Amino acid sequence: MSTAVLPYTVEPHPVTGVYSGKLGIWLFLASEVMLFGGLFSAYVFLRVGAEAAGSPAAWPTHEETHLSWVIGGINTLVLIVSSVTMVMAWASLKMNDFAKGKMYLWLTAALATTFLVVKLAFEYWPKFQHGLVPAKNNFFGIYFTLTGLHGLHVFGGIVVILYFILPGSKLWHRDKEYYANRIECTGLYWHFVDLVWIFLFPVLYLL
Amino acid sequence: MAGSHADISKHVRSYMAVFAALAVLTIVTVAVAQFHFSDVGNVVVALIIAGFKATLVASIFMHLKWEKSISIWWSLGLCGIFFLALLFLPVLTANDHPPQVHMGTWDVTHQVAKSGGH
Amino acid sequence: MSGHDHGSGRGGHHDHEHDLHHELGFWRKYVFSIDHKVIGIQYAVSALVFLFFGFCLMMIMRWQLAYPGQPVPIIGRFLSDAVAIDGVLRPEFYNALGAMHGTIMVFLGVVPLLVGGFGNYVMPLQIGAPDMAFPKLNMLSYWSFFVGCVVMVAGFFVPGGAANSGWTSYAPLSVIATTGQTMWLLGMVFLITSSLLGSVNFIVTIIQLRVKGLTMFRLPFFVWAQFVTSFLLLLAFPPLEAAAVLQLMDRLAGTSFFMPSGLVVSGVPQDFVGGGNPLLWQHLFWFLAHPEVYVLILPAMGIVAEIITNNTRRPLWGYTTMVYSLVFLGFMSFIVWAHHMFITGMGTQISAFFATTTMIISIPSVIILTCLIITLYNGYIRFNVPMLFALAFLPMFAIGGLTGLPLGLPASDIHLHDTYYVIGHFHYVVAPGTIFAIFAGIYYWYPKVTGRMMNPALGKIHFVLSFIFINTVFMPMFFQGLAGESRRLYDPTVYEHGVQMIGMRKMSSWGAWMLGLSQLPFILNFFMSIWAGKRVTNDNPWEATTIEWLAPSPPPHGNFAKVPTAHRGPYEYSVPGVKTDYFPQFAGAEA
Repeated sequence: MSTAVLPYTVEPHPVTGVYSGKLGIWLFLASEVMLFGGLFSAYVFLRVGAEAAGSPAAWPTHEETHLSWVIGGINTLVLIVSSVTMVMAWASLKMNDFAKGKMYLWLTAALATTFLVVKLAFEYWPKFQHGLVPAKNNFFGIYFTLTGLHGLHVFGGIVVILYFILPGSKLWHRDKEYYANRIECTGLYWHFVDLVWIFLFPVLYLL
Repeated sequence: MAGSHADISKHVRSYMAVFAALAVLTIVTVAVAQFHFSDVGNVVVALIIAGFKATLVASIFMHLKWEKSISIWWSLGLCGIFFLALLFLPVLTANDHPPQVHMGTWDVTHQVAKSGGH
Repeated sequence: MSGHDHGSGRGGHHDHEHDLHHELGFWRKYVFSIDHKVIGIQYAVSALVFLFFGFCLMMIMRWQLAYPGQPVPIIGRFLSDAVAIDGVLRPEFYNALGAMHGTIMVFLGVVPLLVGGFGNYVMPLQIGAPDMAFPKLNMLSYWSFFVGCVVMVAGFFVPGGAANSGWTSYAPLSVIATTGQTMWLLGMVFLITSSLLGSVNFIVTIIQLRVKGLTMFRLPFFVWAQFVTSFLLLLAFPPLEAAAVLQLMDRLAGTSFFMPSGLVVSGVPQDFVGGGNPLLWQHLFWFLAHPEVYVLILPAMGIVAEIITNNTRRPLWGYTTMVYSLVFLGFMSFIVWAHHMFITGMGTQISAFFATTTMIISIPSVIILTCLIITLYNGYIRFNVPMLFALAFLPMFAIGGLTGLPLGLPASDIHLHDTYYVIGHFHYVVAPGTIFAIFAGIYYWYPKVTGRMMNPALGKIHFVLSFIFINTVFMPMFFQGLAGESRRLYDPTVYEHGVQMIGMRKMSSWGAWMLGLSQLPFILNFFMSIWAGKRVTNDNPWEATTIEWLAPSPPPHGNFAKVPTAHRGPYEYSVPGVKTDYFPQFAGAEA
């Protein structure tokens, strides 16, 4: 028999207990932790070293940041709900309910889009209009960079989810378990994106 | 993580429970931030609550509670250690300064004379 | 057993496999291939081109160092006014050559060759796998690398020329530098992405796709080296990606992450709100760049280990110890980085911490080197070309490593930091260290990839000349550094001690040009042997024990006709009771 078959793409490895994609996505998430870690490290370094009040480069007070914990809080809840719908999508697929799974995926994508719309329309845009741009001081610099990079990750997640709802859904009919596994991996990525926000929200909006 | 219908239904219950907990904790996060402990105190409290939320997401939504693969655990463990190093070591270097040493002036002519001049 | 695909008998696996058995067109077979061997060759050839290009950049620089202010011969008249005045290099161009030489050699040359080239090609074969765990991701990884290379090199053609703030791109100079620096940052983003995708692939492949009987402690040392290296790449590169984003923000969006308040350059106050810190860049940069240097050496040690054990006909001495040392080294490499920053104003306590971790990390390196040396004891040594390079690696790496010690101790580092001593130190490790290991690997695995041997006479000439001239280039640098000669200095004669060191600089420069010429026998040999090299009579011409030697030379798509099994450890040489002096891992119960 030819060896040109890649084992453990769907069935888990007998010793490690995982299928390859799952291990792969966890490793990728570890690298993402380090990526956001680099930015959090920058935040800590810059904040501790910030100049005293009075200088234009000083760290702004809560009022000066013009960050609304209401909007931030709403967005936090939006992402948390999207994490629930994401895991429910996977659970539905494992219970062989493709219609329900697809519905939950649509919900996840819709909630994620809501998050981005709220961020762009109610946070970024008003700030830009008032001259609160990244160059204003390092708080705004790191705020826009952290939330911007996070937002790009949300956008990437939406693209992947839409792929699996639309063209990628063909895979369900070819191999149910393979499809469910890919949704599980997408879910792991999605929960990570939620996790980052769980830390971003208090750090940027409340502290 | 292939499971029977019964398994998955049990999991669905835990997903809902975690959702409720996360929603409550989000409200707690905001409420607690209204109190001012100390600069460090507020940070610690906020991070503890966030850490708790993160643990719920990671263990239940991301299934780490049932994860048996040591490769994943090792990778996460190493990642955690290096993340902490990256977060704290740079700021520690910024706050450690060399001692101020007054050496006085080097009397070069005196040194040269002593060695016989060159 | 030559490259035909076997089509039948796959039955129920049909859903899960890639449809590998219909004939692929030219583009899918040779350009956008998902076969790890094709991708490995793509990486290797690209990387060799860039190694050559990066070397040429340095050969131009060395003219200015040996003959300051004089027009560069031969190519001087072709240099535009933007880079040279009447053939005399402009200082900005000299700096660009320096920054790009370093960047290209590390990120476009050595790492893609060691990991993307050797790792991709050899590792799956050594574990008996048909391919990597994620073949399409592998291809994506190569093309991301390719785009990164194009963007990097494009820097030479933008106004202001290529990046010229050192391969380390320190702020604030890099923030106010010309457009080429933006190309450097964008190029790095693509290169880092390529690396991250690759490292995920390597780790999953090694964990999941080992054949039956191949436990982790029966893996060839080369595979362990790739495994640890991949973890370094996975976890250390992202902070540099974050830093690159921050520097792009500083350059393009006017933020002040790395810009201190009140910065004045050439009398002009800079237009930034300030409050930032250039040291933040240094921390984030070196957090990657220190593990990066272990990425440069670990696969090289892996290659050397394979070749030494094969050519002494003895098992690796202390295999288990070497593996633990490798893992410990990888771990420690994450917490030594600020030894590159001893003179930035760090206090004694934190400097002591980093000096301690740096001293500790030298221990596993020494252990690995010692085990390799002890392996030679009582060996039946075959002095073929791969072995010559592998043997030379040992003392060269020792010199490189030992000269690192005064740099790792803050007191001596104060005198030596940013001098030629540092350049001598790290080049000894990477040039007669890693690059010799790369040559060894090329001569060694060439018959597996092509089915032909490289010419040994040309190989020996290549070795002798390279060994002599590489030492000619780098040995003087230790003395230059001790004398106080700064690195990255366009005209060292501005200082009195720089004038006195001209003899050393001439020696290094002539050594470099002769070293360049010494590569001609290799380049000739490499290409000629593809068509005219002696064909191998069997798939295992070196009589080696690791699984890649079971596959045909070259291996077909899918690698092995039958899934191999590992019956024993990787280095069963000179086993008592066995007829031959090697007992391959993949051979059945009897010899």
